[in-house]
Amino acid sequence: MTVPFLEIRSLTMRFGGLTAVDGLSFQVEHGAIHGLIGPNGAGKTTTFNIISGFYRPTAGQVRLRGEEISGLHMHEVARRGVVRTFQHSTLFAELTAMENAIVGTHMSFRPNIFAAIIGWDAEDRRGARARAEEALDFFGLLPLAGERAGDLSHGHQRALGMVVAMAAHPDIVLLDEPFTGMNPEETKRMMELMLKLRNSGVTILIVEHDMHAIMGLCDQITVMNFGRLLAEGTPKEVRTNLEVIEAYLGGARHVA
Amino acid sequence: MLLALPHGLSFSQQEILVFLTINVLLVASYRLLTLTGEWSLGHVVIMGVGAYASALYSKHFGVPVPVSMALGAGTAALIAMFLSYPLFRMKGFYFLIGSFAAGEIIRLLWKRFRDPFGGPKGLKRIEPMPDFDLGIWQFDFFEPVCYYYFALAVVAFCLWLMWRIERSHVGLTFHAVHWQDKLAEAAGVNVRAYRTLAFVIASGFAGLSGALLAHYIGTINPNSFDVEMMVFVLTWAIVGGTTTFYGPILGCIVLTILNEIVLREMGFEQARPLIYGLVLIASILFLPKGLESVVQRLVRPRAEKMEERP
Repeated sequence: MTVPFLEIRSLTMRFGGLTAVDGLSFQVEHGAIHGLIGPNGAGKTTTFNIISGFYRPTAGQVRLRGEEISGLHMHEVARRGVVRTFQHSTLFAELTAMENAIVGTHMSFRPNIFAAIIGWDAEDRRGARARAEEALDFFGLLPLAGERAGDLSHGHQRALGMVVAMAAHPDIVLLDEPFTGMNPEETKRMMELMLKLRNSGVTILIVEHDMHAIMGLCDQITVMNFGRLLAEGTPKEVRTNLEVIEAYLGGARHVA
Repeated sequence: MLLALPHGLSFSQQEILVFLTINVLLVASYRLLTLTGEWSLGHVVIMGVGAYASALYSKHFGVPVPVSMALGAGTAALIAMFLSYPLFRMKGFYFLIGSFAAGEIIRLLWKRFRDPFGGPKGLKRIEPMPDFDLGIWQFDFFEPVCYYYFALAVVAFCLWLMWRIERSHVGLTFHAVHWQDKLAEAAGVNVRAYRTLAFVIASGFAGLSGALLAHYIGTINPNSFDVEMMVFVLTWAIVGGTTTFYGPILGCIVLTILNEIVLREMGFEQARPLIYGLVLIASILFLPKGLESVVQRLVRPRAEKMEERP
């Protein structure tokens, strides 16, 4: 393939005097589960926020199928097929699980105010509902469709976050630390859901600082340290990379 | 019941009923604005924009009154759209202050320019609604009862429109923008466009309520739309509660009854702001979810039975 699916090209982000991301380049292949890891403060989340349109990069580009998407607003990036989730259980807590999923279908079934008043939106409403049900079912949340999102358990809330993303029909999902605060059981369940999502044709980019959690999951891993690319490759290659080991151990020594 | 209501009341009470009907529209439109989570302090001034615009159209351009009301509402919506560009660069508290400042600017413009706004004295002798002859029914809109029916019809239609909007997926998106604007944006919602949409629609309805008011009382001035009036609207919304459609309306009705009937009869008129303040504090302390929570508690057992049916 000549044009890479998602390409990050010499991305730089400065906050005042701090360079959070420094000339980072990597590529994500279509249909892969790609991990972006690194010790705390390596600039993973910043990179992630640039890709999803939350920040505008100081320099460099993000290209989706050759089209530049860096510098666009978040909703414009989303409309091009890049949908993100959030680190914590960020949901519409007051709405039901079903309504959360329906908001996710916003792009496919854009509500129209005049149609809504006259009542011509019945077909769109049915379509949005069907799509939302499908997404809920995919993650096994359909029995909980009527529950308030804020009342769901932590694991279910994280899954609902992915339901919202999936209802949006993305080409690539960006998952921001999906395993934080999960017990081993929930982590295992979440990994199964991710594989299922990937097998349905969605590319996944995961940011995670816990290296072990995603070793068994990812096809490709990019390791960052101090805003730069440290290593790249399959989990096996990365695990045996001396620089990576040193970066993590060094980080651990500081913590200890 | 609403149709029979005015006949048991005295003339001044009938007048209050007209104002109440108009205020219901105002407070309901205010709730539509708060759906996206932004509280404005300029809403009453926007109502005034509708009032001034409608009065001026009918006075200077000879536009028939019902049409000028619709145009007034449109003007209020248009002004809101222009205001939304600077205002929606801000959120939360800053938006609140910004909307207050924008409202004061508009009010000062009315005061400063004698032509066409009439300066501090405002506009007088605004065209009334033309009399209306429907064979057996003659509508003389100087009569509060007739104007009440007219306002009731208009307000009911507007409430229906707002209800439809809120129950649609547009309304759902408003809620989404309120609770988590970042997540909504990640799902492809143009958050700013939706904030603007809510602001513009709410302003249109507020403008219409202003136009209804202007052509009834026949005289308006910049002080009819000052902060004190805004505080009343806020009090209605807070005492009634804003999570349901009927909450603010309930607050408006209950407080108007308290205000006009109880207090006026008892001769406490001077102490009205004081008592409003006490009511506001008491309701925040004892009924933090507003009057609507009382209604919900009363209605819930029945609603749950309804839900059990498939």
